[in-house]
Amino acid sequence: MEKVLSMLGTRTQLRRDVLGYMFIAPWLVGFIVFTAGPMVGLVYLAFTRYPVLSPPTFNGLDNLDRMLGDRFFTISLWNTAYFTFLGVPAQVVWALLLALLLNMRVHGVNLFRTLYYLPTIIPGVASVFLWMYIFNPDYGLANYILSLFGIPGQAWLWDPELSKPSLIIMELWRVGTMMVVFLAGLQGVPQSLYDAAAIDGAGLFAQFRHVTVPMITPLIFFNLVVGIISSFQIFTAAYIATQGGPVHTTLFYVLFVYRHAFENLRMGYASLLAWVLFFIILVFTLVQFRMARIWVFYEVE
Amino acid sequence: MGVLRGGMRPLSSAYLSNTLRYALLIFGGVICFVPLGWMLSTSLKMPGTEFIFPPDLIPRPVVWSNYIDAVTRPGHPFFLYTRNSVVITLSATLGTVLTSSFVAFGFARIRFRGRDFWFIVLLSTLMLPDVVRLIPSFILFKILGWIDTLLPLIVPFWFGVNAFYVFLIRQYFRTIPLELDEAALMDGATYVRIYWQVVLPISGPVLGAVTIFSVLTHWNDFLGPLIYTNSVDLRTLALGLRFFMSRTGTDWNQLMAASILMLAPILALFFSMQRYFIRGIHMTGFGGR
Repeated sequence: MEKVLSMLGTRTQLRRDVLGYMFIAPWLVGFIVFTAGPMVGLVYLAFTRYPVLSPPTFNGLDNLDRMLGDRFFTISLWNTAYFTFLGVPAQVVWALLLALLLNMRVHGVNLFRTLYYLPTIIPGVASVFLWMYIFNPDYGLANYILSLFGIPGQAWLWDPELSKPSLIIMELWRVGTMMVVFLAGLQGVPQSLYDAAAIDGAGLFAQFRHVTVPMITPLIFFNLVVGIISSFQIFTAAYIATQGGPVHTTLFYVLFVYRHAFENLRMGYASLLAWVLFFIILVFTLVQFRMARIWVFYEVE
Repeated sequence: MGVLRGGMRPLSSAYLSNTLRYALLIFGGVICFVPLGWMLSTSLKMPGTEFIFPPDLIPRPVVWSNYIDAVTRPGHPFFLYTRNSVVITLSATLGTVLTSSFVAFGFARIRFRGRDFWFIVLLSTLMLPDVVRLIPSFILFKILGWIDTLLPLIVPFWFGVNAFYVFLIRQYFRTIPLELDEAALMDGATYVRIYWQVVLPISGPVLGAVTIFSVLTHWNDFLGPLIYTNSVDLRTLALGLRFFMSRTGTDWNQLMAASILMLAPILALFFSMQRYFIRGIHMTGFGGR
């Protein structure tokens, strides 16, 4: 009897196995063909010279050698770091400010929620063109607004000093996703905490500092991690608007990789560069998770 | 006193007057809206007047010709671009929704051996930046002879390459009671039928969110079409916008008109499905990037 039961058990388990793999088969095939296979290929390519038109030839550590001596590798890393470490905190702060505004309970606040989110759904390309026009040194809106305050016009994207800050401003306009994440968090902060703080005599700012901020640290953390990962990969704006210029000030890392892979046809070198970015992102993400233990507060420990 | 004054309302209402609150909201609204309004205003200006400084904020006179010129521009078949964008967006989204939910069903509701292992593998692919896939995928598609076709922009999405959606749907499926499956199995239903007729019909919110994010991603995608296609016939709207710019100058009016035309369907989707949108971001923390 027991034998029969366990046999039955094995049979149903086998049936489940077959069914399970049938269901995940599309992903499994896709994973092998479109992810795992190519990744293995990428490791190999990083050690080759591969000018696309002829097959790859093994060249050992030549690519690594080349990378370490490549001035543009350093420049693109610096540009990307600048853009990320100034831009992402600015985005987080701005998104939180907007979310605080939207969290006020007044009539018609839903209308404002829609309005604040609207820029985020604009196609990236369209947004880049719009800002190129706004930042135009001769007839752009940005210089017009400056002129209202008596400030002389700037060259914005075409000024080596201002090119990266201009792109940061451009990104600030589209923080809707971060903002909605914060808004959800703010709505989840229990009113009783504010009441308790108010009894203790905490003012508006003190409540923000000692109640709001500690309660939403997980969301600040989330927005920072996601923001940094996507900021490391900035491409479209630099490719379209500045083409890496002026004087390489917007030569960001992915643009640098793209140029080697698809314009200079140095696929082998580009493969190595792609791996390096992957490791940089990995290390930064792990470091952030480490540091999170110190400052991120989770309600359920 | 402070408690009474605060009552059940959020912190700010106890301290800020209504006027100040609206003033702040409007100030933020102006900052968000001005660039958009500028886009609209430029698209309605008489060609030539967009170079005037200081600029006219409101077009005088209002002309619609830029929209017509933008879609009938010689050498740049706007409707063909639109068709390509629509084909890619719809096919890739259909693939994403069907495959992701099918795979998610396996992960969420069937206890097969190796399930946890493969699920961890799936999660780890979320960490891969796109740039790492770019080069080897390009080479793969070259070998397959798919370069300069729309296939690289569609086929992978029928194989669940966006693991994030699988993860998201799986989380949702796990909230549906397993008793439903057991009851259906008793009635002689197969798992495929349970997936299709029991689980999918009650998963509207998560499928809606995935649909919206997928549509946004593919409609707005720039890098994919840039790398995998060359011919004019295969250009998408995102790529096509670039050709309003040239060395000799840019037709800003037409470019802004074309941008608005590209934005219009997305806007319509946004307004008709706003609830799914916001709920989707709450579920994911992402908004179709």
